[in-house]
Amino acid sequence: MKTAELPRWQAFVQRHFAVLFIAACLVVFVAVVELFASVLVQRVVTEALIRIVIVVGIYVFTGNSGIISFGSVTFMAVAAYATGWQTCCAMLKPITMSGLPSILRDHTYPVYVSAATSVGLAALLAFITGLILMRLSGLAASISTLAILFILNVTYSNWETVTMGTASMVGLPTYITPWLALAAALLAVLCAWIFQNSARGLLLRASRADEVAAAACGVSLYWSRLIAFTLSGAIMGLAGVLSAHFLGTVSINSYFLNLTFLALAMLVVGGMKSLSGAVVGVIVVSTIIDVFRRIEVGIPVGDVTFSLPPGTQELVLAGVMIIILMFRKDGLMGGQEFRLPVRFLRQHRRSLEAKDT
Amino acid sequence: MQNLVQILVDAVALGSLYALVALAIGLVFGVMRLINFAQADYITIGAFALVVPTASVSPPLLLGALPLAFMVGGVVTVVVLLALATERLAFRPMRGSDPATLLISSFAVSYFLQNLVMMIHSGRPKSVGIGNSLSAAIEIGGIRVPGTQLLTMGVTSVMLVAMVFFLKKTPMGIQMRAAAENFEMARLMGVKANRVIAAAFAISGIMAAAVSLLLVVQTGTLDVRMGLMPVIFAFFATVIGGMGSLPGAALGGFIVGFVIVALQAFLPPDLRAFRDAFVFMLVIGFLLFRPKGLIVNRAARERV
Repeated sequence: MKTAELPRWQAFVQRHFAVLFIAACLVVFVAVVELFASVLVQRVVTEALIRIVIVVGIYVFTGNSGIISFGSVTFMAVAAYATGWQTCCAMLKPITMSGLPSILRDHTYPVYVSAATSVGLAALLAFITGLILMRLSGLAASISTLAILFILNVTYSNWETVTMGTASMVGLPTYITPWLALAAALLAVLCAWIFQNSARGLLLRASRADEVAAAACGVSLYWSRLIAFTLSGAIMGLAGVLSAHFLGTVSINSYFLNLTFLALAMLVVGGMKSLSGAVVGVIVVSTIIDVFRRIEVGIPVGDVTFSLPPGTQELVLAGVMIIILMFRKDGLMGGQEFRLPVRFLRQHRRSLEAKDT
Repeated sequence: MQNLVQILVDAVALGSLYALVALAIGLVFGVMRLINFAQADYITIGAFALVVPTASVSPPLLLGALPLAFMVGGVVTVVVLLALATERLAFRPMRGSDPATLLISSFAVSYFLQNLVMMIHSGRPKSVGIGNSLSAAIEIGGIRVPGTQLLTMGVTSVMLVAMVFFLKKTPMGIQMRAAAENFEMARLMGVKANRVIAAAFAISGIMAAAVSLLLVVQTGTLDVRMGLMPVIFAFFATVIGGMGSLPGAALGGFIVGFVIVALQAFLPPDLRAFRDAFVFMLVIGFLLFRPKGLIVNRAARERV
């Protein structure tokens, strides 16, 4: 009886090792940070966890379909503004954002209600834009996602009475703790994992490997891509809600090309063909950014302070990305997921066989 | 009526500028399936080469202080060298990668160059007085045409004609068209890949230099993002025209220019701020009906 149960458990771990491993590492990491690190470090870690949600959100579409999306950050902005409208500054809202419909202008909603509706809105918008964009072939679709990003940026930057233009919306409740960010990151990772192992996800990954062959086998690219794009939009929406309530402010220009670049750089460095790559990319790039940010501020070495000119961090990041693309195109993870070490499995099997005989 | 002619002149001037940028992008896309984001930074760096690197908002002139011919020559040299350098250092090692990888690498190169400019020149917009004498309007048959627009139309039409001549009549131009049609086959026929790709980059550099000078003369300002919007519009011009088709790229550039000017003229005043959003929506709407663009190129199709 016991021997019959063990392989099933073992098979489960073996099959879902990547997601279990990522979850375990993140939980341990956050616990350690929560117990021992300063508030400042906790903020850095929370920020990194939010970035995991962002990058996993982009990965769900880009990683599975092979189409680079420059527009995913759009859905983040939509959700961030949506949650801002619902939860922000009850007193100021009627004055600063007079154009809001009264249901939003004169009422304030609980944070979890607003989070859910905002994510829903982002997903809906992704679905609608996806209906149009997914008709296009790879490169044209990539470029067109950029159009979505610009449409939203131009609209929100100029819609003074509703979005306050390019000014920041301030005074959102800041309720994001490291644990909450961790929960969101795990949720995003889990969604991505379930999708990529579902029938649809596998079809989409097949089309990434060879679009023509997949189509010849009867795989409908359109629906698979649309579902991935919508799920990606929902996860981006979650990231938008998180970042809005982490910072307490929302401004349209923080959801534009710089964030898009940062997220894509993380995805490329880790490797955009695997979920493990997406997560590893966030951790590696976040570390690089933090280290260089500190060096730019200045590090005392003996009597002199060693510092690099501001902007070095960006140059290093772009440089790392180009080098990765040149020499390790599939990123640090090489397009692979984390796997249970083979040695461990073999040993385990041997001991089981010994027990059977 | 006069008003309409005025709008038409504006549209042609803007359209020809975008056609120039779109052609540069289309040329490079043709030979190596790379959509080059860094084209924006070629334009920006060309303009910034006019001034001495300082943090000042009205910096002393560097190349801009030279006599006209040397100034133009200097800017063209700088941008062409830059374009060749990015090709050699960043894009050549990635040749043969899939288009998505190339696209993302050009995004990285662009980010690198943009931050380099910011580091050297500081991120603030600067004013530079070159070609002030051109801003005076010239009256032709009751229509006032600003000198800068005449210059733009003159320069772009000369360059477009030169481009057609180059592509149709010179050996290198013919090789480039052959490479755009079918790169592997062209190589088998003796077209040298390195040379033809480097030539495409050099030409895109010359065009970027022309665009950056025209933009500086038109606006009198330098900004680290000055190349961004023309290049974004040019991307859509190439998509509208049909990816991989050079006449399509030029045509798309004119269409985008016309649409922008028309929207600017005919949108109600309180919607004018949203002009670019409408442009992008029209682009997406257009793609809904013709996903492959106006001129469908054989080479644009997925190669089996």
